[in-house]
Amino acid sequence: MIELVGVNKHFGSHHALKDINLEVPSGQKLVIIGPSGSGKSTLIRCMNMLEKPSSGQVIVDGVDLTAHRAPIAKVRQSVAMVFQQFNLYPHKTVLENVSLAPIVVSGVSKEEATESGFKYLERVGLAEKADKYPAQLSGGQQQRVAIARALNMHPKVMLFDEPTSALDPEMIQEVLEVIIDLAHGGITMVVVTHEMGFAKEAADRVIFLDDGNMLEDGTPEHFFENPEHDRTKLFLSKILR
Amino acid sequence: MSDIISKIGFLQQGPFAIPRWEALFANIDVLGRGALVTLLVSTLGLALALALGTLIGMMSASHVRPAKAFARAYVEFFQNTPLLIQVFMLYNAIPILYPGLFIPVIVIGILGVGMYHGAYIAEVVRAGIQSIGRGQLEAAISQGFTYVGAMRYIIIPQAMRIVLPPLTNQAVSLIKNTSVIAIIAGGDLMYAGDSFAGRFGHYGPTYIVVGLLYFLMCFPLARLAHRLEVRTRGN
Repeated sequence: MIELVGVNKHFGSHHALKDINLEVPSGQKLVIIGPSGSGKSTLIRCMNMLEKPSSGQVIVDGVDLTAHRAPIAKVRQSVAMVFQQFNLYPHKTVLENVSLAPIVVSGVSKEEATESGFKYLERVGLAEKADKYPAQLSGGQQQRVAIARALNMHPKVMLFDEPTSALDPEMIQEVLEVIIDLAHGGITMVVVTHEMGFAKEAADRVIFLDDGNMLEDGTPEHFFENPEHDRTKLFLSKILR
Repeated sequence: MSDIISKIGFLQQGPFAIPRWEALFANIDVLGRGALVTLLVSTLGLALALALGTLIGMMSASHVRPAKAFARAYVEFFQNTPLLIQVFMLYNAIPILYPGLFIPVIVIGILGVGMYHGAYIAEVVRAGIQSIGRGQLEAAISQGFTYVGAMRYIIIPQAMRIVLPPLTNQAVSLIKNTSVIAIIAGGDLMYAGDSFAGRFGHYGPTYIVVGLLYFLMCFPLARLAHRLEVRTRGN
């Protein structure tokens, strides 16, 4: 579903991603772990071209997004992203947030987008907030709306860029539960996270990034129980006390 | 009463003398017609300035290099040369560049203030767009919006609330600046006042009334800007 071939990313003199080769098959739940500054956000943002790789190819659903005049906007409709800072549209109600892009971008009728949007709001437990504005919701609720907004695009892939990192501790669980519930379905998921419990429970593959290099690539069991690199062991010893 | 007036010298003679006031009010319809022209030029000039300013402001905030470069050049040119010279050039250069093309002075006035204030409004719009967090554009783009679509549905509606007070101030400046078309016989309020006053030297009363008429057009807008500003801060 997603294929990265020899991807490099430079920010000025900083080499953020170093020759990343990665194939995410359809339906896989991939978790990306790494210390801050390791390039994991850059990596996931390359998957929908929010960051353009300096070299290499990004192929999503059979389309090479790095090709000249690639239909990037079209592909993005089926690659939904959930952001650390939620990024809900503050001037729109919750229901408008989840239905705007389907109507304007995908050309779905207003009735249909509203109906399906409501259904997804129910799924994340926020149907009663449909007429509120984002500022009237807690952080955890806003992130669940953001997930409903992503789902209402009926995506093939969902990208989560540190979805719980901006949340107060007591709200992390309500968001993780929604994401875990989604992980039980057939959708392809890529999640950048610091939540090791989530990785153990929901991932079927974990990669570990350090300084732009992909050091580990395997099952959660492999990653947590016998990682190959000392750097990984050091990271795990700090994070799993 | 007339005894008192007779003792106040400046009402007897000089620029503010009573007969001058009487002459002005006998011909007040001249100023009325001028004020209508000023209103017309202001309204259409503002419409042009808003359209140009929004477009060029969007180009200026974009990362498309040629669009950005054009927008910067436009803004710098119109902000850093006097409006008076721009209007003069429009009036005198068009007949040379396009012989036989006749453009009414009112249209030149509309083009002049429209393009000039378009540059200022572009800067207001650019600042407004840039005040909206990058995450908003990224969220929209990630959902498949094009840059223009993201601007239209997500960024501009949010920026609008922020830029409305400075935009209203621009409208006030624009109304006052329409007075430059007086130099090309624009038929506006300033021109009407000027030519009436010049004929018999009735400058004092005429400029007071002309000033008052500009004030009446601008003051409600200035109040509106103030109220919008309070409301924006409230949010």
